[in-house]
Amino acid sequence: MPSQIVSLVVNGEPREFIAAPGMTLLAGLRESLGLTAAKRGCGQGTCGSCTVLVEGQARAACLVAVETVAGLSVSTLEGVATGGELDAVQSSFVDNFATQCGFCTAGMIMVTEALLDRDPDPSEEDVAEAISGNVCRCTGYQPIVIAILDAARRRREERASR
Amino acid sequence: MAMLRGRGYASVNYPTGMNLGGDPSQALIHATTTGTFVISLSSVDLGQGIKTITAQCAAETLGLPIENVLVDTADTDTGPHCMGTFASRGTHRVGNAVIMAAAEARGVMLEVAAEELEVDAGDLETDGTGYIRLKGSKEKSIHITDLALAAHFKHGRTISGRGIFLKEPSAPVPETGEMDPDSCQAHACTAAVVEVDDETGVVEVLELYNAYEIGRALNPAMATQQVEGGAWMGLSHALFETVEPYYPSRDHGPRDFGEYLMPGPADIPVQHSLILERPAASGPYGAKGIGEMTANAPIPAIANAIFDACGVRLEAMPFTPERVLRGLDALRADTATQDAGPA
Ligand code: FES
Ligand code: FES
Repeated sequence: MPSQIVSLVVNGEPREFIAAPGMTLLAGLRESLGLTAAKRGCGQGTCGSCTVLVEGQARAACLVAVETVAGLSVSTLEGVATGGELDAVQSSFVDNFATQCGFCTAGMIMVTEALLDRDPDPSEEDVAEAISGNVCRCTGYQPIVIAILDAARRRREERASR
Repeated sequence: MAMLRGRGYASVNYPTGMNLGGDPSQALIHATTTGTFVISLSSVDLGQGIKTITAQCAAETLGLPIENVLVDTADTDTGPHCMGTFASRGTHRVGNAVIMAAAEARGVMLEVAAEELEVDAGDLETDGTGYIRLKGSKEKSIHITDLALAAHFKHGRTISGRGIFLKEPSAPVPETGEMDPDSCQAHACTAAVVEVDDETGVVEVLELYNAYEIGRALNPAMATQQVEGGAWMGLSHALFETVEPYYPSRDHGPRDFGEYLMPGPADIPVQHSLILERPAASGPYGAKGIGEMTANAPIPAIANAIFDACGVRLEAMPFTPERVLRGLDALRADTATQDAGPA
């Protein structure tokens, strides 16, 4: 099978690149587009550090063959801040010290974005469930759970004040 | 069948650094033309935060904002030597080396400023916002950016400094075994609250109380993260981690790191942490090392809490349901023989 040109809408911008057969979405983002926020922890769908949103759904980019998402919209951590302003989830992670080495952070934030889009007021159990596919080996999860609940609160307040 | 609650505690004394054949680390620092102080290190930041801590130490010593400090840990082949980031030595060894380097650089910075301002270097002070000024004077001052430019292009000076911290070798006295292996010791105590299900043998840790005496906490938020992240690892050793299958078939054992069981976000206890500061004389601004110790005390604390809850004294990790149930069976067997009286 020859390589092919794949088009995606990445963080709202149409992008094209050449993909060898079987190239993963993660490799496409990191190697072809230079978007390195999503990390390759395990390469087999068990750590969540490569999480991006495809059409708003959290997906492990290491398990997605890039040609299967051709033409679809993909969101990565690089697209979360607007005009240099951190969004509610990012600033909540900073303020609650929810990151240490940072390897899991991009995935945690993307999973949170998807969670808060479908449920603006998650319980602690909902949060634990949402991030249960994302491994963190530094924080012990407590600050991440606290940051996500705080982010939900901030986002609800943002919406209310609009 | 019941859910049994128990509490237990354990303490740890923990040495900062090691000795072996002497334990050195070096740091070099120099100002760029625009007054950013670049610290060159071979000490690696793998998430423990050495870049932040050394930048804080340098900024404090230089008397400049932390934004004026850039830590470069790029290359262990070409950088100044470091023994490595282990034995909880990084903050202590490298922090001290950076302070020494920054103190030398500060000396040069004040000398050049003295020439620029035509005053005595001894009469100068830094204001912490980037200015070097005549003590108490508002007018006689120069910003570090202008000063660094002048040093390069007018005075032909490098604003730079060298630092090393060496823990000297200490061989044991053959007769007594006496030696000086570490630089200081941190102390901690963990109390655990657990619940044991005596039907399934499952242990749940509900709460951990962590009290840490760590010298000066150079960055209290990062120190607390270290304490709680480390406690999570201790909990993981205590209850989860094994490459052996829990139940008879090997198929139940992990085959890779993805299946190697560690606690997830739904398995975590509520943690309460307290940092006590008693500055260490040898530490950088009084800091001690608290790396691995944070995973130590939680394990025996959990073992003691299990004992308190159900009387089972476990001595091998992890404290799996199988081991708890076997322990409960043994207790029941003991009681049965006792009840039967002497044979
Ligand atoms: S790298 Fe994709 S889940 Fe681990
Ligand atoms: S912050 Fe290091 S893995 Fe989560």
